[in-house]
Amino acid sequence: MDLIWEGIQKAFQLLWSLDPEVLGVTLLSLKVSVLATLISLVIGLGAGLTLALNSFPGKRVLLALINTGMGLPPVVVGLFVTILLWRSGPLGLLELLYTPTAIILAQSVIATPIIAGISVAALQQLPADLRLQILALGATRAQMVWTLLKEARLPLLAAVMAGFGGVISEVGASIMVGGNIKGSTRVLTTATVMETSKGNFDVAIALSLILLLLTFAVNAALTHIQQRNRPQ
Amino acid sequence: MTAPVALEGTGLRVQRGGFQVLDIPALSLSAGTVLALIGPNGSGKTTLLKTLACLLDPAAGTLAFQGRPLASRAQREAYRRRVTMVFQDPLLFDTTVRGNLEAGLKFHGVGPEPRAARVAEVAQRFGIGHLLERRARELSGGEAQRASLARAFALRPEILFLDEPFAALDPPTREALLEDLAGALKETRTTAVLSTHDQMEALRLADTLAVMHQGRIVQTGPAAEVINHPADEFVAGFVGMETVLWGTVTGCGQGLFQVAVGTQELLALGGAEVGEAVLVGVRPENVTLATQAETLTSARNHCPGTVTRIVPKGPYYKVELDCGFFLTAFVTPRSLEDLGLAEGRPVVASFKATAVHVLRRGRNSDGGGQQPEVSQITLF
Repeated sequence: MDLIWEGIQKAFQLLWSLDPEVLGVTLLSLKVSVLATLISLVIGLGAGLTLALNSFPGKRVLLALINTGMGLPPVVVGLFVTILLWRSGPLGLLELLYTPTAIILAQSVIATPIIAGISVAALQQLPADLRLQILALGATRAQMVWTLLKEARLPLLAAVMAGFGGVISEVGASIMVGGNIKGSTRVLTTATVMETSKGNFDVAIALSLILLLLTFAVNAALTHIQQRNRPQ
Repeated sequence: MTAPVALEGTGLRVQRGGFQVLDIPALSLSAGTVLALIGPNGSGKTTLLKTLACLLDPAAGTLAFQGRPLASRAQREAYRRRVTMVFQDPLLFDTTVRGNLEAGLKFHGVGPEPRAARVAEVAQRFGIGHLLERRARELSGGEAQRASLARAFALRPEILFLDEPFAALDPPTREALLEDLAGALKETRTTAVLSTHDQMEALRLADTLAVMHQGRIVQTGPAAEVINHPADEFVAGFVGMETVLWGTVTGCGQGLFQVAVGTQELLALGGAEVGEAVLVGVRPENVTLATQAETLTSARNHCPGTVTRIVPKGPYYKVELDCGFFLTAFVTPRSLEDLGLAEGRPVVASFKATAVHVLRRGRNSDGGGQQPEVSQITLF
């Protein structure tokens, strides 16, 4: 119990003192995961709309692949992105391995199928004739898509939350492609792993608490947006 | 003068899962008229409506709007902005009623001031002015369908497509909404195509009927013509079971009103305005026959006439009568024998005031401009 109590005390001490290292790690975590979620949102939502609004051969196979992708193990993603960015790999010339960009790339690969899969489900659960009704009211295709997105905003925001939750909390891919380099690619999860392995449980608990608070704050904001216009 | 053609379809074919679900060689819709597509579920009514509204691409066929073919995608999209459709499900957006009524107008780029004016106008027409700030998802079924109709009328469409808009409503709600829609169509002179499996609804709203069966139009024409002269057994079975007559209200009071039909005066229940042209329907199973007028009976209508034809219908006979208008009655073989019914025999047909179905065609009584000669319409 002392260990936990000391951890909590240390956490508040670190937070209160605005420890530059902790602050840096926290901000990097937030930046990397928010950017990865935004990239995944653009790609995932695009894929979700394409799949939900069109019929083409191979659609079911694609859906099955996306649904499988929703459970992609981060270490597998980490492995493939590492190979991709390795000096002798296909994108080795870009020299992105062990940079925050590499973590953003890996996290985007993790979150995209999550957002795409939930988006497809969200759009498909709308009434089948709604799209026709919107067009019948004189909407252009762009207006129709925007209206559908507004109608599905609740589950779509849930997709964003799931995507963000998936990447802010993952550690495998981040440590593999980022390398947990102090002051450069160290994020909250990788730092927690390192401090735990060194036996610095107080710091690890502090970092975990910050991670939890961060996740809560982002999701609380998204939930507020999601629920603000709902009837009581 | 015949009305110009608003919409014309030629060789329309729609396939689904390798099967042909719609095959319409030719269809023409006159401007300012209401066409009702009637037929059982699965007869292709909705598919035809969606095809005519350019919401579904046919496998073959062409559409022409006001004489101009809708050949290119751009032409079809431009046409779609001049028409609109109301579905069986109101399909309201998850916002306020006002937001819903404004939605189409926003798509059309109508500015805030004219938008507010149009919303106020249609909200008043459909009696939903007090609901404008309510969330659409909190409305009852009838209120939601009113909002859906108001949303469509707000666009002032040149053609309005209505896909069984009352099918999910309870009878009193349906009745009230039917009256408002009939009034709105008449006042705005909107060209409309309505699909329904309710013949009464079709008669109430439409000038022309098209009976659909297995993806084809099996008969089309003015309501009286389709009902009087069914093209085949299917149409006869679907529309041919009740006598429907044009009449004029000559008096009312004490919850009853009097309708002049041909040379007869009929009593019916309900309310209508004197001078109003109405359709009255009498089901043949509600008509009793006697060789002379009974002195004491609860039936308020007694029409002397002559038997013109007797048609065997299996366990019963359909007796067709000339009472100054066309009337049919069902009788059992025993009654036929006891009354000695035969062609040319004089009889008295009786039916209760409560057995007279009255169809009011909108509130305006314009001297029966739409009213044909005393007709003999057999329906249902």
